Amino acid sequence: MKRRTYLQIGAGIVVIGLLAWAVSRGLERLAGLQPESEGPTTDVAVPGAKVARITATLYYGSTDGQSLVPVRREVPLAEGLVPQGREIIGMQLQTAPSPFVSVVPEGTLLRAFYVTDRGDAFVDLSSEVSSRHPGGSSTELLTVYAIVNAVTANLPTIQRVQILIDGREADTLAGHVDLRRPLQQDLSLVREPPRVE
Amino acid sequence: MRGTAAIALAIVLFLLASLPQAQGTAPATPLTLLSREGRRPVPTIVLSGQELVALDDVAALFQVAVREDTLAGGLTITYRGQTIVMSSEQPMASVSGRVVALPSPAVRSGNRWFVPLDFLPRALGPIYGSRIDLRRPSRLLVVGDLRVPRVTARVDIPGPPTRATVEIAPAAPVVATTEPGRVVLRIDADALDLTLPAGGGGLIDAIRAGDQPSTVAIVLNERSGPARTVLADANGNTRITIEVPGTAPPPVDTTAASPAAAPPAPGSAPPAPGIAAPPPIFSTSRAAVQTIVIDPGHGGDDVGVRGARGVQEKMVTLEVARRLRTLVEMRLGIRVVLTRDEDRTVTLDERAAVANNSKADLFLSLHLNAAPVAAVAGAEVFYLRLDREGEDARRSAESEEVPLPVLGGTMRSIDVIQWDLAQARHVEASAALAGILEQSLRAQIMMSPRPRQDGPLRVLTGVNMPAALIEMAYLSNANQERLVQSEAFQSSVVQALYNAIIGFRSYLEDQPTP
Repeated sequence: MKRRTYLQIGAGIVVIGLLAWAVSRGLERLAGLQPESEGPTTDVAVPGAKVARITATLYYGSTDGQSLVPVRREVPLAEGLVPQGREIIGMQLQTAPSPFVSVVPEGTLLRAFYVTDRGDAFVDLSSEVSSRHPGGSSTELLTVYAIVNAVTANLPTIQRVQILIDGREADTLAGHVDLRRPLQQDLSLVREPPRVE
Repeated sequence: MRGTAAIALAIVLFLLASLPQAQGTAPATPLTLLSREGRRPVPTIVLSGQELVALDDVAALFQVAVREDTLAGGLTITYRGQTIVMSSEQPMASVSGRVVALPSPAVRSGNRWFVPLDFLPRALGPIYGSRIDLRRPSRLLVVGDLRVPRVTARVDIPGPPTRATVEIAPAAPVVATTEPGRVVLRIDADALDLTLPAGGGGLIDAIRAGDQPSTVAIVLNERSGPARTVLADANGNTRITIEVPGTAPPPVDTTAASPAAAPPAPGSAPPAPGIAAPPPIFSTSRAAVQTIVIDPGHGGDDVGVRGARGVQEKMVTLEVARRLRTLVEMRLGIRVVLTRDEDRTVTLDERAAVANNSKADLFLSLHLNAAPVAAVAGAEVFYLRLDREGEDARRSAESEEVPLPVLGGTMRSIDVIQWDLAQARHVEASAALAGILEQSLRAQIMMSPRPRQDGPLRVLTGVNMPAALIEMAYLSNANQERLVQSEAFQSSVVQALYNAIIGFRSYLEDQPTP
């Protein structure tokens, strides 16, 4: 009987303790004492604060669909040129943030990224970049130079970029833009000034 | 006795009644058989409203064997081992075992058997070695693979100016010649299937068959001024519009016909001639443009852009290219080569090879565009932008002559061009071409906000001549998708490109000769 009473008292203390903790957490939230700020960026890909980040300039289709818009977005910091390039291109291939439009076909993945001694970068993309491309010279130029500009704008040591498809050299994405040689940065398609999200 | 007389009377009456039927009547216009061997009349009769041809005439004309099958109550017509069984009771024939319906059965008259005219294309046609085409309205029986287009003429507006249209189906090359008092259309065909108006109208006295074979003459009134003709291809037909002004044409026409009224700025395209403009005259100086290569973009497995309603880029580019070829060949006398004249896959290198092997003076690649936003619309012109290697190639273009030994022990200087940089030496002319194209297109169709651009376009890099790529409209735009299929839009594009070719020819002729 006595033992049962002790057990009941113990259980009560535990319950009161849990309630007190829950109330204190709730008050903290109500008072706005967030443990960490989410920051001004709208980037949905931010997984947490522990990963160090850099701000990169990525290129998306303008709302009128006729030019590229530079958008500064946070991408994970990586050690070294090639790993950092992978992170930048990986983010560039993701869906464009609103209100901009994607110019790289959905489902396109980065297969490999490497840099030669001459400063030429090779961006090896999955076949979706070609098979899902809607075609047309204008869209093809936007697609190619979104990728070329994203690499050259953020990795200054890289002068030229060659796009490969499924590990192989490709003629074009959809019959227009010459991909047989590395391409230099082209900002003639970029229309609006850089803007911070 | 009375019964016998009645029977005899009935027989006489029957014979009397059947006599005219058996004889039939000759049709108002005889039927003419047209073949490689020439023309010859085909005797026919009209019986009970049905036009018939005698089987012995058919046997003589087509070298078929006719045998009467009394047991079966029909006829057997044999040609090279294949047989037609013609019924004398049912309006049908069995052609190599397949039943063919006919307007009437075989009819016997005296010793001769007659079959309906439709027997020739429907029953004899399938087993005969050559095509048999019965053109009832023009009373022609075309045998063999002859080009006999249907030519329909009409006076649309009496005016003045009087406007008449001559439509040729299917399309055929036409040369229009203006002679004193008439316009003569020479149609490249074996014969013509003519449907002409009974009289004229306005300043046109008559439209009739010309004095020469395959010609049509538009006879002008003595009050008429100089007639103008405009040729265009539409829906697989060729349409010739003839406009005849009065002797004192209105001032508007005079302005439109006179290029001196609005002199073009140096290096700019000439004013678009439009429908009222005179046909351009051959260059009086050297022929700066002798061959043009038109490249209908995509083809075969490569559909190109596909619109939401299913319009395919590869089909529209081919249609426009064919129309442009007809117009340029007929009106400018310039040789036009298409990189593809059908729906087939052609690689980009093959397209450049066609252009280079044709030693063309101009290369135009036709395309339809797409944008990530559906609202984007309008035409765009692209020319090649050189990268670093291309710039190097352009700078060294003049020094790349290699002396090679030739037969006879002499040396000959040969131009050596890196195949994939062939365009490098033409970038300046191509940029000028793009400017002329942009101006000409702007006069005819809507341009996009980025009407002229340069870029590393693959199809242009290996082309060893001035070259441009034209995106005629955006298939990703619903309105433009509907538009590109229309005859009006395609004709406008073709007219603009045609004007640009003339403008570029003038540009080349103005360049100092090296």
